[in-house]
Amino acid sequence: MPTIAMPVGVTRLVRKPWLWSFVATVAVWLAMEIFTGGQGAGEVVTAALSFATFSVLVGLGQMFVVTLGPGNVDLSIPATMALAGTIAMKYMDTQDPRIAAGVVIALAVGAAVGAFNYGLIRALRIPPIIATLSSAFLFQSAAIWYNRGLRIKPPPAFADFSFAEFHGLPYFTLGAILLSVLLHIALNRTVYGRSVIAIGQNPRAARFAGVSVERTRFATYVMCATLAGLCGCLFSAFSGGAALNMGADYLLASIAVVVIGGTSVAGGFANVPGIWGASLFLFLIVAMLNTYGFGAGIRMLLTGIIIIAVIAAAGGQKAQR
Amino acid sequence: MREGVSPQILFSPRVLRSLLPALSLVALLAAIFYLQPRAMSYFGLNLLLNLAVPIALATIAQMFVITVNDLDLSIGAYVGFTACVAATWLNQQPLLGIAVLLAGIAVYAAMGALIHLRNLPSIVVTLGMSFVWQGLSVLLLPTPGGRAPGWLLGLMGLKTPFLPFAIFASVGLGLIVHLGLMRSAYGVVLRGAGGNARSVARAGWSVLKVKMIMFALAGFFGALAGLALVGLTTSADANIALRYTLLSVAGVILGGGEFVGGRVSPIGAVIGAITLTLAASFLSFLRLNPDWQIGAQGAILILVLALRLLVTRAERAS
Amino acid sequence: MVGTSAEIVTLDGVEKQFGAVRALAGVDLVIAAGECLGLVGHNGAGKSTLMNILAGTAAPDRGRITVDGQDLSATYGAAIAHRHGIRCVFQELSLCPNLTVAENLRIMHPALSGFAWRQKAGALIAGKLDEIFPGHGISPGAIVGDLSIARRQMVEVARAFTVTEEPLKLVILDEPTSSLDSSAAGQLLGFVRRAVTSGASCILISHLLGEILGTAGRVVVMRDGKVVDARPAGDFTRNSLVGAMGSVAKEEAEDLRFASKRQSGSPRVRAQPAGQSEGPALTAFRGEVVGLAGLSGHGQTDLLVRLVTEGSPRSARYRAEGPMALIAGDRQSDGIFPLWSIAKNISIRSLRALTRAGLIDLGREAALAADWRRRINIRTPDMADNILSLSGGNQQKALFARAFGSEAEIVLMDDPMRGVDVGTKQEIYEMIRAEAAKDRTFLWYTTEMDELRHCDHVYVFRNGRIVADLARDELSEEKVLHSSFEVAS
Repeated sequence: MPTIAMPVGVTRLVRKPWLWSFVATVAVWLAMEIFTGGQGAGEVVTAALSFATFSVLVGLGQMFVVTLGPGNVDLSIPATMALAGTIAMKYMDTQDPRIAAGVVIALAVGAAVGAFNYGLIRALRIPPIIATLSSAFLFQSAAIWYNRGLRIKPPPAFADFSFAEFHGLPYFTLGAILLSVLLHIALNRTVYGRSVIAIGQNPRAARFAGVSVERTRFATYVMCATLAGLCGCLFSAFSGGAALNMGADYLLASIAVVVIGGTSVAGGFANVPGIWGASLFLFLIVAMLNTYGFGAGIRMLLTGIIIIAVIAAAGGQKAQR
Repeated sequence: MREGVSPQILFSPRVLRSLLPALSLVALLAAIFYLQPRAMSYFGLNLLLNLAVPIALATIAQMFVITVNDLDLSIGAYVGFTACVAATWLNQQPLLGIAVLLAGIAVYAAMGALIHLRNLPSIVVTLGMSFVWQGLSVLLLPTPGGRAPGWLLGLMGLKTPFLPFAIFASVGLGLIVHLGLMRSAYGVVLRGAGGNARSVARAGWSVLKVKMIMFALAGFFGALAGLALVGLTTSADANIALRYTLLSVAGVILGGGEFVGGRVSPIGAVIGAITLTLAASFLSFLRLNPDWQIGAQGAILILVLALRLLVTRAERAS
Repeated sequence: MVGTSAEIVTLDGVEKQFGAVRALAGVDLVIAAGECLGLVGHNGAGKSTLMNILAGTAAPDRGRITVDGQDLSATYGAAIAHRHGIRCVFQELSLCPNLTVAENLRIMHPALSGFAWRQKAGALIAGKLDEIFPGHGISPGAIVGDLSIARRQMVEVARAFTVTEEPLKLVILDEPTSSLDSSAAGQLLGFVRRAVTSGASCILISHLLGEILGTAGRVVVMRDGKVVDARPAGDFTRNSLVGAMGSVAKEEAEDLRFASKRQSGSPRVRAQPAGQSEGPALTAFRGEVVGLAGLSGHGQTDLLVRLVTEGSPRSARYRAEGPMALIAGDRQSDGIFPLWSIAKNISIRSLRALTRAGLIDLGREAALAADWRRRINIRTPDMADNILSLSGGNQQKALFARAFGSEAEIVLMDDPMRGVDVGTKQEIYEMIRAEAAKDRTFLWYTTEMDELRHCDHVYVFRNGRIVADLARDELSEEKVLHSSFEVAS
């Protein structure tokens, strides 16, 4: 089978993924500052961190799913966000004492979606792409029906907290950083994390080496959807209510930050810092385009091209014998 | 007894599987006519089946990609793009419009080449492309608008005798693609590459060429889908066909196609597309809450796949 | 051209090496027109490699390929071979399961195009099927994926004999009757005998020696990558053929004393191959090294894989008391995690034991790696290097370390010494002996006769069933060969 081999230098550069994404982030930020003459540099950084938080949350979950190996992807993230956000906001009903329970409900909704996705994949032998695509439609409908057209505001304390900062860093962002650290540790130093990476590299060898393949896959799909549910709940608080289309940008975002952050789309190699670099990079690209006066069209176009360029450069799974 | 052609196995699970699309269509038609007898007229059928033409074209496009063991998650966005082009450039500057549409098909062929040469997963590449097409559509038509060229409106609004144009168009589409893919000599090679690419390559055929052709065909029929759609809706916008992605996959599967192995059926795909179009109307006749319209599409696909699994299990047991 | 001894294909000094393994060590072979050549040999003889080179699907490292008097060594490939009328039917079927029988013919013959190609193709394949397998019952319009394995093989064989533009010169049949029933097999062999009288040639590889002797005009015996005997078929009997395949050197006296580990108690492992319901079951006791022998692909790997994935104390067919570990022979597809370091490749089977408070203790992981690097002598500057930086033999050692370093009481080995150098092998034999002395049970599938001498008990497999059950003091190469090839000894 003919392939185009990339020059060694390019391959090595792409192999240090998180470095690349952070370099690109700085480059974009510089480009922006050049345009605005340095005004508002600090606010841009804060805004970047705030918005990147949400891409990071869904990106982390998607990263684990993609690492399971080719064919594994979760396309139901936007629908899960909408459903979990809607149900949580409705339950909280602008009452501050209900915040904690509401968050737990959002997590539970996400977990249920994840379990449903895995059930489709395992019991009905549906490819993950199709399973999550179908369930996305189901759960989006569920969100629409449950919402009944009303936009329920979040409890005031919750909304305030979403903007509160700790020495310049939003609490949400701090929480996301903490979660990233935990998941980084889980990926590298728990049996679960090693199992995910083993399955992504060689599922047959993993089975023979005693890895519980199906249990690991189940846990991964549940975790990804749970993180999406959390993101939906937090985003609803941040943006003043659960909008049904809140997740629309986040499917692309979740895949983009995984790809651009250097996780291998062939599976078996994941990296958490890259998710942050890519999230910041994506936000700044959007901000830069806005600064230069470009609109949604250019943004979507550019993001799509960048994704394709990155994976074309990285290449796919090496062909089996 | 000759294996493969025998009256005794007429009602075996295998035969049932290939008849499943037609049977479900007939069942659905019966249910619709029962609920709404007035639909059984020229006017009623026209209304029910109008949108079947663009959906069938998009389903055929998806079928070409699925035949070579890939999946196109960008078909919905691409159909939207071609619809926008048709409603703007094709109308005002026809030559530019045609050039852009041809360029789109070339991009599809290039995508196929890239996926093959770099061994990339088609889902991520097509997902990225879907945003490229959407971005281009938004640039072209930031708000819904435009107007389809007159000849297109005329074609889609054709008043054919006996049965609505949609039926003739769908039947014609199914037959032409069937002849091309299932009966022609090179069609064998195209499908063989989906069944056993290594053997086909060993026999001296270029699998790269096959992939590029199949993706280009997807681009061609996807463009036709956009033209047909805007011929019906008159104006276009970027999001007009995003749901076609799931619908096209569902249509191929409903029509007896499989995700891997190169086993597809063009006639089945067209029947599947018509069935799904009717299902949308059926659901509204049932007074289904419009909130659940989208979800119903997902549920239908799951249901179809579950049914297929049961039939396959029965096949294996028999 | 009937009756002439025109040479159609000549191979001179063909050599092929896969890493440390010499698959072909200089093979000379001449195939004349109108002859049926039988090719026999035990595992690792080089038959498949030689046929791959002849068919153009593999390239030799050295040597000359001459077809019809032309030296084609420089450009030889599958397409060129095809154009010169050389066809091949390998054991892995190469039909497209989603296409019909006639359509699969089209894939092989680009000349079948144009208006009525389907009728032409259908008539061609139907005619050839009628010629080879009268009463076959296969319709040209049947989808290959819906046919039984036997019928697929019939189609594949018939297709190889069809002719459109290029004349047919040589057909290579690699175990063509393996999926056919006896009557179809008889039909095929009868056809081969007839076909060579009209000028085409055929190479027949089979482990059924009766087939070889009844069909071939000349028999070539291979061993260890070389041709060791080539005589008219009439000069051989089944016994002498088996003798020619075995090693010439007298069996060296092993200084290993044999003491049966078959205790009266219950075995640690009791397994029966999938297709078998009566006859001997494989049993293994504590501290016993049990060998699985026979020609490759006759059910040994399948049994080991099923044991490691389905084996449990409660299973009826695959009973195993205690944790198991599998050492893969095909390390690329079954063993190695290519993106990981050597240390991580070793620790994967022992993760739970290395975990403290939910987290893997990296210090203990590194200690495990360092320990096994020393004990099994893995040659690397750093255990944190990527696994693919190791040579093949050292990669295999890492897989051994993975199993030995785990808590597994039963170690299953799927022909793990393939491609490993002699020095490494000796080191590992020592380790196996040492571990067995510590009560570990080994199930060892090997394709090398010599390695069976390290086993306390040997089960010979043929066609997916256990056909012989030998303790070490009963073991002889002759017995194993006879059981592998279905020859009464």
